[in-house]
Amino acid sequence: MTEDLLALAAAGDRRALGRLLSLVENDEPGAAVVLRAMYPRAGRARLIGVTGPPGAGKSTLASELVGSYRSVGARVAVVAVDPSSPFTGGAILGDRIRLRDRFLDEGVFIRSMGTRGSTGGLARATRRVVRVLDAVGYDVVIVETVGVGQEEVDVVRLVDSVCLVTVPGLGDDIQAIKAGILEIADVLVVNKADRPGADDTVRDLAMMLGLGPARTGWQPPIVRTVATRGEGVPEVVAALARHDAWARDCGERERRRAGAARAEVDDLLREALLRRLSTRSGAKLDDVVARVASRSLDPDSAVEELLAD
Amino acid sequence: MSRPIRVVVAKAGLDGHDRGAKVVARGLRDAGMEVIYTGIHQTAEQVVETALQEDADAIGLSVLSGAHNHLFARIAALMKERGLDDVLLFGGGIIPESDLPFLRAQGVARVFPPGSSIDEIAAYLRDAVSRSRGAP
Repeated sequence: MTEDLLALAAAGDRRALGRLLSLVENDEPGAAVVLRAMYPRAGRARLIGVTGPPGAGKSTLASELVGSYRSVGARVAVVAVDPSSPFTGGAILGDRIRLRDRFLDEGVFIRSMGTRGSTGGLARATRRVVRVLDAVGYDVVIVETVGVGQEEVDVVRLVDSVCLVTVPGLGDDIQAIKAGILEIADVLVVNKADRPGADDTVRDLAMMLGLGPARTGWQPPIVRTVATRGEGVPEVVAALARHDAWARDCGERERRRAGAARAEVDDLLREALLRRLSTRSGAKLDDVVARVASRSLDPDSAVEELLAD
Repeated sequence: MSRPIRVVVAKAGLDGHDRGAKVVARGLRDAGMEVIYTGIHQTAEQVVETALQEDADAIGLSVLSGAHNHLFARIAALMKERGLDDVLLFGGGIIPESDLPFLRAQGVARVFPPGSSIDEIAAYLRDAVSRSRGAP
C-alpha cells in the first residue's frame, strides 16, 4: 500500500503526495519503509529557510519567491510551520492565505504543519516532510517558521540558505531577535521598508552583525523589500543565489549537510536508545523516578543505576 | 500524540462575512485540531486543492451569501473528481432548512445552523473522523 503511494507520488499524483506527507509526519506504520526508499532520491533540491517574527511578512515574501522560481521553470514546495497550542495541541495554520495565488499552479505544493509541542519532534517531522518533497522532485523547498524557540532554530538548520525577515518599528525589540537566529541567517530582509524606521533597522542589523564573531567568509547582505508590491524581491533572489554559489564553491554546503546528517543520526539514536531503555526498564524506571521525586535518590545516581543494567 | 484532526475552514465565492468562520476556526483549534483557514473569496477549486495538499480530514464551508446550493454542490463534485471520497464535507451559515435535503444528496454530511455551539461541531468532527479513520 505504501509502495503504491510512493510510486504515485513520484509520478505526480498530488493526493498520494498529501497522504505520504501525513504518513511521515505522523510516523505511521509504513513510514520507515517510505523514508528508506526516499533517502537516496533526496538531496537534489535547494532548501531555503524563511524565518522571523510574526507579522514580518514571511509568507508574503515566500509567495513572491515562489513566483520568481516558477518563472524560471522550477517546481517549488513550501512547508509552512505555525505554532501549536501547548495546552490543546491545536493550531491555526494560516500561512496558506498569503500563497493563495499559487494554489492551482501544478508546479507548486504547499503544506502546513503545526509545531505540535513534542521535544525534538518538530525538527524530525519537518525534516521528513522536506525530504519527501525533495525526493519526489521539487527543485526548491521553502521552509517557513516563526523562529522564536530552540525547536524552530533546529528546523532552520535543515536548510542550505536562511533568510531572516524583519520589519521596521520593532524598536528595541530588534534586540529580541534571538542571537541564535541572527547567527545563522544568510540573507537579512527588512520588509515593509516603506515604513518609517527602515533606515534605523538596517543600521541596527548591520551593527549587530558586526558585533558577532567573524563568520566563515560570507557577509550576510541586508535587503530592503516591500513584499506586497514585489519590491526588493529580485535582490533577495539574487542574494540567495550568490549564497548558494559561494556555499558550493567553498565547501560550506557540504559542511552544513554533514552537520545536519550528524544532528539527525544523533537525534534518532537518542530516541531509539531511550525507547529501548524504557521498554527494558519499564517498572524499574517508574520506581527510580518515584525515589527521585521523594528525594531518596538524586537524578544523576538514578541514571547511573538505570544504565548499570 | 495521536494524529490531530485537520480541518480546512473555508469561505468560497463572493461572501466576505468571515467572523463566523474565524470563531469556528479558533474554537476548533482550542479543541485540539489543526485548522487550515483559507481566507475569503476562495474558488471551489482552491478549497478542494487545499484539502488535498493538506490531507485534511474535513472541509468546513461557511456560506452566508445564499450561494450555498451552488458552492456545496461544486465542492462536493470536485472532491469526488480529485479522489477525496473519505473527506467529510460540512458547513454552516445562513442555510434554509428546506435546502438541507438537496445538500445531503450532494454529499454534505452535516450543516450547522446559526446558534450551533463550537462544542457541538468539535464533537461531531471527532466522532465522524474517528469512524472514518477506523474504517479498513
